[in-house]
Amino acid sequence: MLVGFIQSLKLAFGGYGLGLLIGIGGACGKLYGGPILRDLMEIYTTLIRAIPELVLMLLLYYAGTDALSQLLALAGYGSVDINALTAGIFVIGVVQGAYATEVFRGAIKAVPAGQIEAGRAYGMSPMKVLTRVTLPAMLPYALPGLANLWMVATKDTALLAVIGFSELTLVTRQAAGSTKAYMLFFLAAGAIYLAWTLVSSLVIRFIEKRATRGLVRTA
Amino acid sequence: MSDSLTAPTAVPAGPRGRSLFEPHRLFLMAIFAGLVFCIVWFMRWDWLPQYGTKLVYGVIETLIMLFATAIVGFLLAVPIGLVQVTGPKPLSWLALTFCTIIRGTPLLLQLWMLYYGLGSLFAQYPEIRQSFLWPYLRQAWPYGFTALMISFAAYEGEVMRGAFKGVPRGELEAAAAYGMSPFKLFWRIWLPRAIHRALPTLNGETVLQLKATPLIATITIVDVYGVISRVRQDTYLTYEPLLLLALIYLCLTGLLIYGFRLLENRIPTRGA
Repeated sequence: MLVGFIQSLKLAFGGYGLGLLIGIGGACGKLYGGPILRDLMEIYTTLIRAIPELVLMLLLYYAGTDALSQLLALAGYGSVDINALTAGIFVIGVVQGAYATEVFRGAIKAVPAGQIEAGRAYGMSPMKVLTRVTLPAMLPYALPGLANLWMVATKDTALLAVIGFSELTLVTRQAAGSTKAYMLFFLAAGAIYLAWTLVSSLVIRFIEKRATRGLVRTA
Repeated sequence: MSDSLTAPTAVPAGPRGRSLFEPHRLFLMAIFAGLVFCIVWFMRWDWLPQYGTKLVYGVIETLIMLFATAIVGFLLAVPIGLVQVTGPKPLSWLALTFCTIIRGTPLLLQLWMLYYGLGSLFAQYPEIRQSFLWPYLRQAWPYGFTALMISFAAYEGEVMRGAFKGVPRGELEAAAAYGMSPFKLFWRIWLPRAIHRALPTLNGETVLQLKATPLIATITIVDVYGVISRVRQDTYLTYEPLLLLALIYLCLTGLLIYGFRLLENRIPTRGA
Protein backbone atom coordinates (compact mmCIF):
# COMPACT_ATOMS: atom_id res chain seq x y z
CA MET A 1 0.00 0.00 0.00
CA LEU A 2 2.84 2.40 0.73
CA VAL A 3 4.27 1.69 -2.69
CA GLY A 4 0.87 2.41 -4.17
CA PHE A 5 0.66 5.64 -2.21
CA ILE A 6 4.07 6.73 -3.48
CA GLN A 7 2.96 5.93 -7.02
CA SER A 8 -0.14 8.06 -6.43
CA LEU A 9 2.00 10.92 -5.18
CA LYS A 10 4.31 10.69 -8.18
CA LEU A 11 1.30 10.78 -10.46
CA ALA A 12 -0.22 13.73 -8.66
CA PHE A 13 3.00 15.77 -8.62
CA GLY A 14 3.93 14.94 -12.20
CA GLY A 15 0.46 15.48 -13.58
CA TYR A 16 0.00 18.70 -11.65
CA GLY A 17 3.36 20.06 -12.79
CA LEU A 18 2.62 19.25 -16.40
CA GLY A 19 -0.86 20.72 -15.99
CA LEU A 20 0.61 23.97 -14.67
CA LEU A 21 2.96 24.26 -17.62
CA ILE A 22 0.15 23.61 -20.08
CA GLY A 23 -2.03 26.01 -18.13
CA ILE A 24 0.47 28.88 -18.32
CA GLY A 25 1.07 28.25 -22.00
CA GLY A 26 -2.63 27.91 -22.69
CA ALA A 27 -3.54 31.06 -20.81
CA CYS A 28 -0.91 33.07 -22.67
CA GLY A 29 -2.15 31.56 -25.93
CA LYS A 30 -5.72 32.49 -25.11
CA LEU A 31 -4.87 36.03 -24.07
CA TYR A 32 -2.10 37.02 -26.43
CA GLY A 33 -2.21 34.48 -29.26
CA GLY A 34 -3.52 34.91 -32.76
CA PRO A 35 -7.12 34.16 -33.65
CA ILE A 36 -6.47 30.58 -34.74
CA LEU A 37 -4.53 29.72 -31.58
CA ARG A 38 -7.27 31.29 -29.50
CA ASP A 39 -9.96 29.21 -31.14
CA LEU A 40 -7.94 26.02 -30.77
CA MET A 41 -7.38 26.74 -27.08
CA GLU A 42 -11.06 27.43 -26.60
CA ILE A 43 -11.89 24.10 -28.19
CA TYR A 44 -9.31 22.30 -26.03
CA THR A 45 -10.60 23.68 -22.75
CA THR A 46 -14.27 23.25 -23.67
CA LEU A 47 -13.81 19.66 -24.74
CA ILE A 48 -11.72 18.58 -21.80
CA ARG A 49 -14.04 20.18 -19.31
CA ALA A 50 -17.19 18.73 -20.85
CA ILE A 51 -16.15 15.08 -21.01
CA PRO A 52 -15.85 12.92 -17.88
CA GLU A 53 -12.29 12.45 -16.65
CA LEU A 54 -12.69 8.70 -16.75
CA VAL A 55 -13.58 8.65 -20.44
CA LEU A 56 -10.82 11.13 -21.24
CA MET A 57 -8.31 9.03 -19.39
CA LEU A 58 -9.25 5.93 -21.33
CA LEU A 59 -9.09 7.81 -24.62
CA LEU A 60 -5.84 9.61 -23.91
CA TYR A 61 -4.25 6.57 -22.32
CA TYR A 62 -4.79 4.43 -25.39
CA ALA A 63 -4.54 7.13 -28.03
CA GLY A 64 -1.57 8.80 -26.36
CA THR A 65 0.53 5.69 -25.95
CA ASP A 66 -0.48 4.51 -29.40
CA ALA A 67 0.44 7.75 -31.09
CA LEU A 68 3.71 8.05 -29.23
CA SER A 69 4.87 4.55 -30.04
CA GLN A 70 3.93 5.00 -33.69
CA LEU A 71 5.76 8.30 -33.77
CA LEU A 72 8.84 6.68 -32.30
CA ALA A 73 8.53 3.85 -34.77
CA LEU A 74 8.39 6.38 -37.61
CA ALA A 75 11.47 8.09 -36.24
CA GLY A 76 13.24 4.78 -36.43
CA TYR A 77 13.50 3.88 -32.79
CA GLY A 78 11.46 0.74 -33.20
CA SER A 79 8.52 -0.03 -30.99
CA VAL A 80 8.98 1.32 -27.51
CA ASP A 81 6.99 0.37 -24.46
CA ILE A 82 5.81 3.50 -22.72
CA ASN A 83 5.68 2.80 -19.05
CA ALA A 84 2.41 3.28 -17.27
CA LEU A 85 3.64 6.04 -14.98
CA THR A 86 4.61 8.34 -17.85
CA ALA A 87 1.32 7.70 -19.59
CA GLY A 88 -0.58 8.36 -16.40
CA ILE A 89 1.27 11.62 -15.77
CA PHE A 90 0.59 12.65 -19.36
CA VAL A 91 -3.11 11.94 -19.02
CA ILE A 92 -3.53 13.79 -15.73
CA GLY A 93 -1.40 16.64 -17.05
CA VAL A 94 -3.57 17.15 -20.13
CA VAL A 95 -6.77 17.09 -18.08
CA GLN A 96 -5.37 19.42 -15.44
CA GLY A 97 -3.96 21.68 -18.13
CA ALA A 98 -7.43 22.59 -19.37
CA TYR A 99 -8.63 23.59 -15.93
CA ALA A 100 -5.36 25.37 -15.13
CA THR A 101 -5.65 27.36 -18.35
CA GLU A 102 -8.93 28.84 -17.18
CA VAL A 103 -7.57 29.56 -13.71
CA PHE A 104 -4.49 31.34 -15.10
CA ARG A 105 -6.50 33.23 -17.68
CA GLY A 106 -8.72 34.67 -15.00
CA ALA A 107 -5.76 35.46 -12.77
CA ILE A 108 -3.72 37.17 -15.48
CA LYS A 109 -6.73 39.25 -16.39
CA ALA A 110 -6.96 40.38 -12.78
CA VAL A 111 -3.43 41.85 -12.91
CA PRO A 112 -3.69 45.59 -13.52
CA ALA A 113 -2.76 46.26 -17.13
CA GLY A 114 -0.56 49.14 -16.06
CA GLN A 115 1.91 46.81 -14.38
CA ILE A 116 2.41 44.76 -17.52
CA GLU A 117 2.66 47.90 -19.65
CA ALA A 118 5.22 49.31 -17.23
CA GLY A 119 7.28 46.15 -17.67
CA ARG A 120 7.13 46.56 -21.43
CA ALA A 121 8.01 50.21 -21.17
CA TYR A 122 11.20 49.24 -19.32
CA GLY A 123 12.19 47.36 -22.45
CA MET A 124 11.75 43.87 -21.02
CA SER A 125 11.39 41.09 -23.52
CA PRO A 126 7.95 39.39 -23.56
CA MET A 127 9.40 36.33 -21.82
CA LYS A 128 10.91 38.48 -19.12
CA VAL A 129 7.67 40.38 -18.61
CA LEU A 130 5.97 37.04 -18.14
CA THR A 131 8.41 35.64 -15.58
CA ARG A 132 9.18 38.88 -13.75
CA VAL A 133 5.87 40.73 -13.75
CA THR A 134 2.84 38.79 -14.91
CA LEU A 135 3.39 35.47 -13.17
CA PRO A 136 4.38 36.84 -9.74
CA ALA A 137 1.65 39.46 -9.83
CA MET A 138 -1.11 37.03 -10.73
CA LEU A 139 -0.06 34.40 -8.19
CA PRO A 140 -2.28 35.65 -5.35
CA TYR A 141 -5.31 35.61 -7.64
CA ALA A 142 -4.54 32.16 -9.01
CA LEU A 143 -3.73 30.43 -5.74
CA PRO A 144 -7.23 29.51 -4.53
CA GLY A 145 -8.03 27.97 -7.89
CA LEU A 146 -4.69 26.20 -8.04
CA ALA A 147 -5.15 24.81 -4.55
CA ASN A 148 -8.50 23.42 -5.62
CA LEU A 149 -6.89 21.89 -8.69
CA TRP A 150 -4.23 20.23 -6.56
CA MET A 151 -6.95 18.51 -4.54
CA VAL A 152 -8.65 17.43 -7.74
CA ALA A 153 -5.35 16.10 -9.08
CA THR A 154 -4.84 14.02 -5.95
CA LYS A 155 -8.29 12.56 -6.26
CA ASP A 156 -8.00 12.05 -10.01
CA THR A 157 -5.09 9.69 -9.50
CA ALA A 158 -7.62 7.25 -8.08
CA LEU A 159 -9.33 7.12 -11.47
CA LEU A 160 -6.27 5.54 -13.01
CA ALA A 161 -7.14 2.47 -10.97
CA VAL A 162 -9.86 1.79 -13.53
CA ILE A 163 -7.27 1.71 -16.31
CA GLY A 164 -5.22 -0.77 -14.32
CA PHE A 165 -2.45 1.42 -13.02
CA SER A 166 -1.55 0.12 -9.58
CA GLU A 167 -1.82 3.20 -7.39
CA LEU A 168 -3.25 3.42 -3.92
CA THR A 169 -6.89 2.68 -4.71
CA LEU A 170 -6.24 -0.33 -6.91
CA VAL A 171 -3.64 -1.76 -4.54
CA THR A 172 -6.13 -1.38 -1.72
CA ARG A 173 -8.80 -3.22 -3.65
CA GLN A 174 -6.45 -6.04 -4.51
CA ALA A 175 -5.27 -6.34 -0.92
CA ALA A 176 -8.84 -6.25 0.32
CA GLY A 177 -9.89 -8.85 -2.21
CA SER A 178 -7.17 -11.29 -1.28
CA THR A 179 -7.56 -10.94 2.49
CA LYS A 180 -11.36 -10.47 2.56
CA ALA A 181 -10.89 -7.65 5.07
CA TYR A 182 -12.58 -5.12 2.82
CA MET A 183 -13.61 -2.58 5.43
CA LEU A 184 -10.20 -2.41 7.09
CA PHE A 185 -8.23 -1.78 3.93
CA PHE A 186 -10.64 0.74 2.45
CA LEU A 187 -10.79 2.68 5.70
CA ALA A 188 -6.99 2.72 5.86
CA ALA A 189 -6.71 4.00 2.30
CA GLY A 190 -9.32 6.63 3.02
CA ALA A 191 -7.32 7.74 6.06
CA ILE A 192 -4.17 8.02 3.94
CA TYR A 193 -5.91 10.17 1.32
CA LEU A 194 -7.49 12.30 4.00
CA ALA A 195 -4.19 12.81 5.82
CA TRP A 196 -2.58 13.79 2.55
CA THR A 197 -5.23 16.35 1.65
CA LEU A 198 -5.15 17.81 5.17
CA VAL A 199 -1.36 18.15 5.06
CA SER A 200 -1.47 19.77 1.65
CA SER A 201 -4.17 22.19 2.72
CA LEU A 202 -1.87 23.28 5.56
CA VAL A 203 0.99 23.79 3.11
CA ILE A 204 -1.31 25.69 0.75
CA ARG A 205 -2.41 28.00 3.55
CA PHE A 206 1.26 28.74 4.30
CA ILE A 207 2.03 29.46 0.63
CA GLU A 208 -1.03 31.64 0.36
CA LYS A 209 0.05 33.67 3.35
CA ARG A 210 3.43 34.20 1.74
CA ALA A 211 2.05 35.06 -1.69
CA THR A 212 -0.47 37.56 -0.44
CA ARG A 213 1.99 39.42 1.79
CA GLY A 214 2.01 43.07 0.89
CA LEU A 215 -1.53 42.97 -0.45
CA VAL A 216 -4.18 45.08 1.19
CA ARG A 217 -6.54 42.82 3.04
CA THR A 218 -10.20 43.66 2.56
CA ALA A 219 -11.67 41.26 5.09
CA MET B 1 -12.39 12.70 -29.96
CA SER B 2 -12.31 14.75 -33.07
CA ASP B 3 -15.77 13.87 -34.23
CA SER B 4 -17.09 16.06 -31.48
CA LEU B 5 -14.84 18.95 -32.35
CA THR B 6 -17.44 20.72 -34.42
CA ALA B 7 -19.68 21.28 -31.43
CA PRO B 8 -17.80 24.17 -29.78
CA THR B 9 -17.59 26.09 -33.03
CA ALA B 10 -21.35 26.09 -33.18
CA VAL B 11 -21.46 28.28 -30.08
CA PRO B 12 -20.31 31.84 -30.60
CA ALA B 13 -16.89 31.03 -29.21
CA GLY B 14 -14.89 33.49 -27.23
CA PRO B 15 -16.07 36.24 -24.95
CA ARG B 16 -15.35 38.84 -27.59
CA GLY B 17 -18.43 37.77 -29.48
CA ARG B 18 -16.82 37.99 -32.87
CA SER B 19 -18.48 36.62 -35.94
CA LEU B 20 -18.58 32.90 -36.51
CA PHE B 21 -17.77 33.28 -40.18
CA GLU B 22 -14.32 34.75 -40.18
CA PRO B 23 -12.08 33.18 -42.78
CA HIS B 24 -9.88 31.24 -40.36
CA ARG B 25 -12.93 29.85 -38.57
CA LEU B 26 -14.41 28.66 -41.83
CA PHE B 27 -11.09 27.01 -42.56
CA LEU B 28 -11.00 25.33 -39.13
CA MET B 29 -14.56 24.16 -39.57
CA ALA B 30 -13.67 22.67 -42.93
CA ILE B 31 -10.78 20.78 -41.32
CA PHE B 32 -13.02 19.45 -38.58
CA ALA B 33 -15.71 18.46 -41.05
CA GLY B 34 -13.02 16.56 -42.93
CA LEU B 35 -11.91 14.86 -39.71
CA VAL B 36 -15.46 13.88 -38.84
CA PHE B 37 -15.94 12.55 -42.33
CA CYS B 38 -12.75 10.49 -42.05
CA ILE B 39 -13.86 9.12 -38.70
CA VAL B 40 -17.29 8.18 -39.98
CA TRP B 41 -15.96 6.77 -43.22
CA PHE B 42 -12.81 4.93 -42.26
CA MET B 43 -13.63 3.60 -38.81
CA ARG B 44 -15.93 0.74 -38.06
CA TRP B 45 -19.41 1.71 -36.97
CA ASP B 46 -21.27 -1.46 -37.96
CA TRP B 47 -21.76 -2.40 -34.31
CA LEU B 48 -23.91 0.65 -33.74
CA PRO B 49 -27.37 -0.69 -34.78
CA GLN B 50 -26.87 -3.81 -32.72
CA TYR B 51 -26.24 -1.90 -29.51
CA GLY B 52 -28.52 1.08 -30.22
CA THR B 53 -31.32 0.26 -27.80
CA LYS B 54 -28.86 -0.71 -25.07
CA LEU B 55 -27.14 2.63 -25.50
CA VAL B 56 -30.43 4.47 -25.10
CA TYR B 57 -31.17 2.54 -21.92
CA GLY B 58 -27.67 3.32 -20.70
CA VAL B 59 -28.17 7.04 -21.26
CA ILE B 60 -31.49 6.87 -19.41
CA GLU B 61 -29.84 5.03 -16.52
CA THR B 62 -27.12 7.68 -16.36
CA LEU B 63 -29.67 10.48 -16.36
CA ILE B 64 -31.80 8.81 -13.68
CA MET B 65 -28.71 8.37 -11.51
CA LEU B 66 -27.67 11.97 -12.10
CA PHE B 67 -31.00 13.58 -11.28
CA ALA B 68 -31.92 11.28 -8.40
CA THR B 69 -28.60 11.78 -6.66
CA ALA B 70 -28.51 15.49 -7.40
CA ILE B 71 -32.00 16.11 -6.02
CA VAL B 72 -31.66 13.99 -2.90
CA GLY B 73 -28.11 15.23 -2.39
CA PHE B 74 -29.27 18.82 -2.63
CA LEU B 75 -32.04 18.20 -0.09
CA LEU B 76 -29.35 16.89 2.25
CA ALA B 77 -27.03 19.76 1.45
CA VAL B 78 -29.46 22.45 2.60
CA PRO B 79 -29.43 21.37 6.26
CA ILE B 80 -25.69 20.70 6.08
CA GLY B 81 -25.04 24.22 4.88
CA LEU B 82 -27.57 25.81 7.22
CA VAL B 83 -26.24 24.04 10.28
CA GLN B 84 -22.75 25.32 9.56
CA VAL B 85 -23.98 28.90 9.45
CA THR B 86 -26.43 29.07 12.35
CA GLY B 87 -26.58 25.67 14.01
CA PRO B 88 -25.35 24.76 17.48
CA LYS B 89 -21.63 24.03 17.81
CA PRO B 90 -21.70 20.21 17.91
CA LEU B 91 -23.96 20.00 14.87
CA SER B 92 -21.93 22.44 12.81
CA TRP B 93 -18.76 20.66 13.85
CA LEU B 94 -20.31 17.39 12.72
CA ALA B 95 -21.30 18.83 9.34
CA LEU B 96 -17.83 20.28 8.86
CA THR B 97 -16.20 16.92 9.60
CA PHE B 98 -18.54 15.19 7.18
CA CYS B 99 -17.70 17.64 4.41
CA THR B 100 -13.96 17.44 5.05
CA ILE B 101 -13.88 13.66 5.02
CA ILE B 102 -15.97 13.25 1.90
CA ARG B 103 -14.19 16.01 0.02
CA GLY B 104 -10.79 14.75 1.11
CA THR B 105 -11.06 11.25 -0.32
CA PRO B 106 -11.57 10.13 -3.93
CA LEU B 107 -15.10 9.24 -4.95
CA LEU B 108 -13.92 5.96 -6.44
CA LEU B 109 -12.56 4.90 -3.07
CA GLN B 110 -15.84 5.79 -1.33
CA LEU B 111 -17.77 3.89 -3.95
CA TRP B 112 -15.66 0.77 -3.63
CA MET B 113 -15.72 1.03 0.14
CA LEU B 114 -19.51 1.07 0.17
CA TYR B 115 -19.92 -1.65 -2.42
CA TYR B 116 -17.18 -4.07 -1.47
CA GLY B 117 -16.75 -3.09 2.17
CA LEU B 118 -20.29 -2.54 3.38
CA GLY B 119 -21.64 -5.13 0.98
CA SER B 120 -19.44 -7.84 2.45
CA LEU B 121 -20.23 -6.61 5.95
CA PHE B 122 -23.97 -6.84 5.38
CA ALA B 123 -23.67 -10.35 4.05
CA GLN B 124 -22.23 -11.54 7.35
CA TYR B 125 -25.35 -10.84 9.38
CA PRO B 126 -28.23 -13.28 8.94
CA GLU B 127 -30.66 -10.68 10.35
CA ILE B 128 -29.97 -8.47 7.37
CA ARG B 129 -29.98 -11.35 4.95
CA GLN B 130 -33.46 -12.35 6.04
CA SER B 131 -34.91 -8.85 6.17
CA PHE B 132 -37.09 -7.48 3.39
CA LEU B 133 -34.29 -5.13 2.38
CA TRP B 134 -31.94 -7.87 1.30
CA PRO B 135 -33.15 -8.22 -2.31
CA TYR B 136 -32.27 -4.56 -2.76
CA LEU B 137 -29.01 -4.70 -0.85
CA ARG B 138 -27.79 -7.48 -3.09
CA GLN B 139 -27.95 -5.23 -6.10
CA ALA B 140 -25.37 -2.65 -6.97
CA TRP B 141 -27.48 0.46 -7.48
CA PRO B 142 -28.21 1.29 -3.82
CA TYR B 143 -24.48 1.54 -3.19
CA GLY B 144 -23.84 3.62 -6.30
CA PHE B 145 -26.76 5.87 -5.45
CA THR B 146 -25.62 6.33 -1.86
CA ALA B 147 -22.02 7.09 -2.78
CA LEU B 148 -22.94 9.64 -5.44
CA MET B 149 -25.58 11.22 -3.23
CA ILE B 150 -23.26 11.57 -0.25
CA SER B 151 -20.53 13.12 -2.32
CA PHE B 152 -22.94 15.55 -3.97
CA ALA B 153 -24.36 16.47 -0.57
CA ALA B 154 -20.89 17.20 0.81
CA TYR B 155 -19.80 19.41 -2.07
CA GLU B 156 -23.16 21.16 -2.21
CA GLY B 157 -23.09 21.59 1.56
CA GLU B 158 -20.02 23.79 1.16
CA VAL B 159 -21.67 25.75 -1.64
CA MET B 160 -24.85 26.26 0.35
CA ARG B 161 -22.87 27.34 3.40
CA GLY B 162 -21.34 30.12 1.36
CA ALA B 163 -24.70 31.00 -0.17
CA PHE B 164 -26.50 31.17 3.18
CA LYS B 165 -23.72 33.32 4.55
CA GLY B 166 -23.85 35.62 1.54
CA VAL B 167 -27.49 36.63 1.90
CA PRO B 168 -27.42 40.25 3.12
CA ARG B 169 -28.23 40.59 6.80
CA GLY B 170 -30.57 43.48 6.12
CA GLU B 171 -32.97 41.31 4.18
CA LEU B 172 -33.19 38.79 7.02
CA GLU B 173 -33.63 41.56 9.57
CA ALA B 174 -36.34 43.14 7.45
CA ALA B 175 -38.16 39.83 7.31
CA ALA B 176 -37.85 39.43 11.08
CA ALA B 177 -39.13 42.97 11.53
CA TYR B 178 -42.22 42.06 9.52
CA GLY B 179 -42.93 39.52 12.21
CA MET B 180 -42.18 36.42 10.18
CA SER B 181 -41.62 33.31 12.22
CA PRO B 182 -38.09 31.87 11.88
CA PHE B 183 -39.45 29.02 9.79
CA LYS B 184 -41.31 31.32 7.43
CA LEU B 185 -38.29 33.59 7.19
CA PHE B 186 -36.18 30.66 6.14
CA TRP B 187 -38.73 29.37 3.67
CA ARG B 188 -39.69 32.69 2.10
CA ILE B 189 -36.49 34.72 2.20
CA TRP B 190 -33.35 32.93 3.21
CA LEU B 191 -33.58 29.74 1.16
CA PRO B 192 -34.77 31.28 -2.13
CA ARG B 193 -32.16 34.02 -1.94
CA ALA B 194 -29.42 31.51 -1.15
CA ILE B 195 -30.43 29.19 -4.00
CA HIS B 196 -30.53 32.15 -6.35
CA ARG B 197 -27.02 33.13 -5.36
CA ALA B 198 -25.75 29.57 -5.62
CA LEU B 199 -27.35 28.76 -8.97
CA PRO B 200 -24.28 29.30 -11.19
CA THR B 201 -22.17 27.18 -8.83
CA LEU B 202 -24.90 24.55 -8.70
CA ASN B 203 -24.75 24.40 -12.47
CA GLY B 204 -21.04 23.63 -12.40
CA GLU B 205 -21.46 21.09 -9.62
CA THR B 206 -24.20 19.27 -11.52
CA VAL B 207 -21.94 19.01 -14.55
CA LEU B 208 -19.24 17.62 -12.25
CA GLN B 209 -21.77 15.13 -10.93
CA LEU B 210 -22.59 14.06 -14.49
CA LYS B 211 -18.90 13.48 -15.03
CA ALA B 212 -18.75 11.40 -11.86
CA THR B 213 -21.54 9.03 -12.90
CA PRO B 214 -19.42 6.76 -15.14
CA LEU B 215 -17.63 5.63 -11.98
CA ILE B 216 -20.66 3.57 -10.97
CA ALA B 217 -20.00 1.36 -13.96
CA THR B 218 -17.03 -0.04 -12.02
CA ILE B 219 -19.46 -1.63 -9.57
CA THR B 220 -21.42 -3.37 -12.34
CA ILE B 221 -24.20 -0.82 -12.85
CA VAL B 222 -24.95 -0.66 -16.55
CA ASP B 223 -25.01 3.01 -17.40
CA VAL B 224 -23.95 4.41 -20.76
CA TYR B 225 -20.29 3.97 -19.87
CA GLY B 226 -20.99 0.36 -18.91
CA VAL B 227 -22.67 -0.29 -22.25
CA ILE B 228 -19.72 1.19 -24.10
CA SER B 229 -17.20 -0.92 -22.25
CA ARG B 230 -19.36 -3.94 -23.03
CA VAL B 231 -19.15 -2.99 -26.71
CA ARG B 232 -15.40 -2.63 -26.45
CA GLN B 233 -15.05 -6.08 -24.95
CA ASP B 234 -17.32 -7.67 -27.53
CA THR B 235 -15.91 -6.07 -30.64
CA TYR B 236 -12.26 -5.50 -29.67
CA LEU B 237 -12.52 -1.93 -30.92
CA THR B 238 -10.52 0.64 -28.97
CA TYR B 239 -11.38 4.09 -30.23
CA GLU B 240 -14.76 4.11 -31.91
CA PRO B 241 -16.93 3.37 -28.85
CA LEU B 242 -14.92 5.80 -26.73
CA LEU B 243 -15.34 8.54 -29.33
CA LEU B 244 -19.08 7.95 -29.36
CA LEU B 245 -19.12 8.02 -25.57
CA ALA B 246 -17.27 11.32 -25.52
CA LEU B 247 -19.79 12.74 -27.97
CA ILE B 248 -22.72 11.55 -25.85
CA TYR B 249 -21.31 13.16 -22.72
CA LEU B 250 -20.57 16.34 -24.63
CA CYS B 251 -24.21 16.56 -25.67
CA LEU B 252 -25.45 15.81 -22.15
CA THR B 253 -23.20 18.51 -20.68
CA GLY B 254 -24.39 21.00 -23.28
CA LEU B 255 -28.03 20.20 -22.49
CA LEU B 256 -27.45 20.56 -18.75
CA ILE B 257 -25.78 23.94 -19.12
CA TYR B 258 -28.55 25.10 -21.45
CA GLY B 259 -31.23 23.96 -19.01
CA PHE B 260 -29.62 25.76 -16.10
CA ARG B 261 -29.28 28.90 -18.16
CA LEU B 262 -33.01 28.83 -18.86
CA LEU B 263 -33.62 28.45 -15.14
CA GLU B 264 -31.29 31.32 -14.33
CA ASN B 265 -32.97 33.59 -16.86
CA ARG B 266 -36.38 32.93 -15.34
CA ILE B 267 -35.36 34.54 -12.08
CA PRO B 268 -35.61 38.30 -12.43
CA THR B 269 -32.59 40.23 -11.26
CA ARG B 270 -32.06 43.90 -11.02
CA GLY B 271 -29.78 44.51 -13.95
CA ALA B 272 -26.69 46.55 -13.38
